[in-house]
Amino acid sequence: MSDRLLRILDRISRVRGVRGSMYVAAEDGLAVAQLLMEDVNARALAAFAASLTRKVSGAAAATGSGRVRFVQMQAEQGVLLVAAGMHDLLVAVVADAGINVGLARLEMMRAVEQGQ
Amino acid sequence: MSTTTVVEGWTEQPLIRFVGQSSARLVVVMTPAGQVLAQHGFTRAVDLMSAAALGAAIMASSGALAQQVGEATFGALYHAGQRHGIHLAGCETPRGRLIVLTVFGKETSIGLVQVFFEEFVAALKAAAPVDEPRRPILAANFESELNNSLASLFRR
Repeated sequence: MSDRLLRILDRISRVRGVRGSMYVAAEDGLAVAQLLMEDVNARALAAFAASLTRKVSGAAAATGSGRVRFVQMQAEQGVLLVAAGMHDLLVAVVADAGINVGLARLEMMRAVEQGQ
Repeated sequence: MSTTTVVEGWTEQPLIRFVGQSSARLVVVMTPAGQVLAQHGFTRAVDLMSAAALGAAIMASSGALAQQVGEATFGALYHAGQRHGIHLAGCETPRGRLIVLTVFGKETSIGLVQVFFEEFVAALKAAAPVDEPRRPILAANFESELNNSLASLFRR
């Protein structure tokens, strides 16, 4: 299972600018599988990606926007992307600020589907 | 209203920060013997003392189990419930080993609690007075120590 997830994450890591990707248990905020550069704090990334998605989902529900599928948090030095599937599994990516978000999103949505 | 109260002042700021960051509902900082140094969220002394005694007992029994399988100790224990989760972990400080029991709800996650617990431990280590080792509690003065702790924690 873990090897299969790592192979899927490997496709995401090939997108230029990606510094790390991981599957995260949405409810627990814990990493399930990860491919990260050394300077990325896996535990914090998993926890905050799940927390961010939960809060955005709350905002989406409050505004009647339906289920959240993708979250993009752009910061000065980088970007955090989270793709959410139907089940309790997220794909989180931390990347450089100049990443091609469209390409990363494509790979992440594919990863979400394959990870179910 | 949830309150944070402490027996030893150096634990207060790290605990307040941990509660704020992790959104924990209940926290007990105690010695391995179950002596409470600080707490957040408890309103009744009997609940706090029960939680501390049970937490200390769980850590002691899991530690004994760890030794049986060749581990020095287990790092942390996590129990997931329907509405609450429990995180129970020990840490070393200049004032000796401490145990922290954290109860949290659906507004946060075990991942966040773990992340902020690491910061909490670092803050406790930094804040602990190094020149003042804790006195061992003897059976003879256990009751008076317990009463003093409860008086401090619940301002009685």
